[in-house]
Amino acid sequence: MLNLFDTRGLRSQLKDSIPVAGLCPTGSYGLQDSMRSGFTSVKNELLPSHPLELSEKNYQPNKDKMNFSTLRNIQGLHAPLKLQMEYRAARQIQRLPFLQSSNLALDTLRGSDESIGFEDILNDPAQSEMMGEPHMMVEYKLGLL
Amino acid sequence: SFISLILFMFFSFLRNAVLEGEANKVGCSLPAARKTGTTICGVVFKDGVVLGADTRATEGMVVADKNCSKIHYISPNIYCCGAGTAADTEMTTQIISSNLELHSLSTGRLPRVATANRMLKQMLFRYQGYIGAALVLGGVDCNGPHLYSIYPHGSTDKLPYVTMEVASLSSDWFLCSSCSGSGSLAAMAVFEDRYKPNMEEEEAKRLVRDAIAAGIFNDLGSGSNIDLCVITKGKVDYIRPHDEANKKGVRTGDYKYKRGTTGVLSKTVLDLEVVEETVQTMDTS
Repeated sequence: MLNLFDTRGLRSQLKDSIPVAGLCPTGSYGLQDSMRSGFTSVKNELLPSHPLELSEKNYQPNKDKMNFSTLRNIQGLHAPLKLQMEYRAARQIQRLPFLQSSNLALDTLRGSDESIGFEDILNDPAQSEMMGEPHMMVEYKLGLL
Repeated sequence: SFISLILFMFFSFLRNAVLEGEANKVGCSLPAARKTGTTICGVVFKDGVVLGADTRATEGMVVADKNCSKIHYISPNIYCCGAGTAADTEMTTQIISSNLELHSLSTGRLPRVATANRMLKQMLFRYQGYIGAALVLGGVDCNGPHLYSIYPHGSTDKLPYVTMEVASLSSDWFLCSSCSGSGSLAAMAVFEDRYKPNMEEEEAKRLVRDAIAAGIFNDLGSGSNIDLCVITKGKVDYIRPHDEANKKGVRTGDYKYKRGTTGVLSKTVLDLEVVEETVQTMDTS
């Protein structure tokens, strides 16, 4: 389904990021992690904690929307349709569930293989200290669990 | 680079706010970010661009680094002076430098100053001024020497103005100057007084040196040495330091007593005999 002219207001953007307050808090053993997220309050979980949070969360989708919309106006409807189909196909090329995938095809399609941003320098998932349990994750993915 | 499954997580902003509230209740304050309260400036002269900067980095009211380097490399023909939060200027210029390198490999050409300017302003605008980096970008490319000043919110000024820009390589290049930082008023005063179009290289270097010195001596946030970077077509002269305006003083007196102050009555020398030598291995597990 194309979302080219889907004008989303602040309310609908906020809806995506609302977790239920108090349920499943982040942190070990399900307790609240005061060191990282401060004291839990309903306000903190409903409103964005930083003025840039919403803008950054939606940066890539907004950029894509703008590009697809321009492409549609220039070349016709087939251009964004074909591109989105290719994106969907490229997104399915992944490694086994516990390994970090390089997403090379998707990067090449987007043109982001020729740019470096903060996501490449900070918090590189290929160098994360924790790894999921391989057997469990593969069994879950195959539906055996 | 990755698709943006990885984003900035902003939850530590909340934690910092809570910590700051708690600290203020007790009477302390959170540590200040290291800034480069700074004097940086640039001048376009006959054959290129001269960039100048002081070398002091402050952390609140304390000097954090007496000799830091504020003129950052962007590409072989483009350099950038940075004022504001030191980490922000450092990381921003490094990211833009990498992107510009990839871009120039892709196009196969020497990068243009306008490209670097565009990349910087788009990034700074995306983060709405939260990246505290005020930059003076200068370089020489196929269209001649260019000088831009870039503010933390993403606005840029090109000096000379676009209407006066000349595309050809001959005749007069309209030259101008740009300053930024806390000491910029002092430096700008020097520029406004002594700047002339089409200066020679030595004259331009003297002018930049004097402007930075004005900033160093009249602003507490700037100090130590003066770094210069002269960029001309095909050549970059990174002079660090160009001028040590603030040398640490040499002590004129000494409280240590010289040998011979106390009179020696007699002297006996005893040679120590090595009787036994044992080696004991340490437990390094």
